Amino acid sequence: MNDNLSNADIVKCENLVYKRSPVMTDNVMHYCPGCGHGTAHQIIAEVIEEMDIQAETIGITPVGCAVLMYNYLDIDMQEAAHGRAPALATAVKRLMPEKYVFTYQGDGDLAAIGTAETIHACNRGENIAIFFINNGIYGMTGGQMAPTTLPNMRSSTSPYGRDVEMMGNPLRITELVAQLPGTYYVTRQAVHTPTYVRKTKKAVRRAFENQKLKKGLSLVEIVSNCNSGWKMSPVQANKWMVDNMFPFYPPGDIKLEGKMLSKD
Amino acid sequence: MKELKLMKGNEAIAEAAIRAGADGYFGYPITPQSEVLEYLMAEKPHERTGMIVLQAESEIAAINMVYGGAACGRKVFTSSSSPGISLKQEGLSYIAGAELPCLVVNVVRGGPGLGTIQPAQSDYFQATKGGGHGDYRLIVLAPASVQEMADFVELGFDLAFKYRNPAMILTDGALGQMMEKVWLREHKPRMTEFPAWATTGKTPDRERNIITSLDLDSARQEEFNLKLQAKYNKMGEEEVRYEMTDCDDAEFLLVAYGTSARICQKAVQLARKKGIRAGLLRPITLFPFPKKPLKEMASRLKGILSVEMSTGQMVEDVLLAVNGQVRVEHYGRMGGIIPSPDEIADVLEHKFTGGKNYE
Ligand SMILES: Cc1ncc(C[n+]2csc(CCOP(=O)(O)OP(=O)(O)O)c2C)c(N)n1
Repeated sequence: MNDNLSNADIVKCENLVYKRSPVMTDNVMHYCPGCGHGTAHQIIAEVIEEMDIQAETIGITPVGCAVLMYNYLDIDMQEAAHGRAPALATAVKRLMPEKYVFTYQGDGDLAAIGTAETIHACNRGENIAIFFINNGIYGMTGGQMAPTTLPNMRSSTSPYGRDVEMMGNPLRITELVAQLPGTYYVTRQAVHTPTYVRKTKKAVRRAFENQKLKKGLSLVEIVSNCNSGWKMSPVQANKWMVDNMFPFYPPGDIKLEGKMLSKD
Repeated sequence: MKELKLMKGNEAIAEAAIRAGADGYFGYPITPQSEVLEYLMAEKPHERTGMIVLQAESEIAAINMVYGGAACGRKVFTSSSSPGISLKQEGLSYIAGAELPCLVVNVVRGGPGLGTIQPAQSDYFQATKGGGHGDYRLIVLAPASVQEMADFVELGFDLAFKYRNPAMILTDGALGQMMEKVWLREHKPRMTEFPAWATTGKTPDRERNIITSLDLDSARQEEFNLKLQAKYNKMGEEEVRYEMTDCDDAEFLLVAYGTSARICQKAVQLARKKGIRAGLLRPITLFPFPKKPLKEMASRLKGILSVEMSTGQMVEDVLLAVNGQVRVEHYGRMGGIIPSPDEIADVLEHKFTGGKNYE
């Protein structure tokens, strides 16, 4: 870099390639390098900023790696018990129907302990958004098997790989809730490349905008990596995710405007 | 407008909540309290006051809806009976840990397990000692009439908001199902302004509000626990409620709450007919427990009989309160059986003056 360049020379609109959304706080994130949670947070913050709904948005955090999300987003937030975020969100939205309400949940939170709350909030068509981070593992507790762990995938509680005979099959809960009349928009995205980040941002925006239409629930699944849980480098983990997670959890829209998309 | 009505205890709770300006109710059916949800659904409070009512998919979901609603600073409540209240314990612990106000009604039935649908008082420990994990307490109110079932709804909400702490009405299947006349208060308008801590959307003029029970820092977590204890101690100083009947000249004291206390009132009269100078202390708040009046009376008493529809739970608090100054005995019936006044008068006579053994 040219030593003569001052900060003022660099900080110019035309030089801006990326900025932190003002809806994000200054707090240092606790996430592992390469983890998708931080990117997903930033996307949600940007959408809140762009829609100018910071004062009208209430977020519900899960129990999981994202439990401390309230440290990073500059909005009112509630921290739920493990799996119960959709129940909290249900009450928040019904008591304040004019607000934007979202939950942010991992796959253990949403698809194991919170399955009932997830399915019933979806089935009632609660007018909320659910952002569902699927990293195929229990990240926070140290990489145990999740309901989404792939067949033969290793985890600390399936050290020889997930034996589906013994441990059951992974659960595609996103496809499952898409069947329910209460869901209006169901999509699966990712955040490992700029293209996917852009797609996810569109999906997140749509999930917020849908709340204005009062048509029902929007669920955006974000397939992500857990490089520390998977015991891989960030780059390896993203590659492994594309090669192994995507075939089982293919990215793309599943249900648009209340209608299932055909699979051809 | 104030109104006099003949109502079941469960219905009185529901109607009183609408009139107390409740914002939301979340419940799940279970005998003997299903009338709360049924009454609210039939009454359409949404049209009357704007209050919302929702049948949740489980008691777990219901208490977590209460959590979410309470976090918005709203007056929200749920009701259930023993097995359902067990399921709510995780949520209650979170609500206490997040310092949120709410009201929970337990129309107790006999246990353990699925037990019976008949009335019991066997959830005293669960209600007064925390119930869920961690060091916390609920404010526990024990009504003894349908009138008190109604009155304690508003009182419960008021105390819950005053202390930012969950309050519980601990009643039983008998009071839930029995019909009595009840004065209902005029409608109190629902809140239009919400507490400063409520998650109602971060406006530019304030910092964001975070509702959480998490603090990973041990020193701060300990400090928080001490803060909670200070709050509970303050309740002990300011909120103790109890009622005394025929205590002035009493030599023997019955201690009983709720349904048992009603029976004991008659038992006091029967005992006095037998020449036993009996009195009754009825705790109205089970937490905070009326330790002080018991302690003060203890030295002039010849005996205390704690009467409960359980194997003996409240008796431990009575023992702690009198701290060995006077002999304390317990008499309880279980499994949905309500003791009769004669039975209690006989037990009092024989436990303390010898004779027939009621063990
Ligand atoms: C009732 C309860 N059971 C278990 C736990 C322990 N626990 C914390 S996070 C977690 C799993 C989180 O996994 P996931 O939802 O997939 O989110 P991630 O951490 O991977 O983002 C578990 C089991 C808990 N906190 N509460």
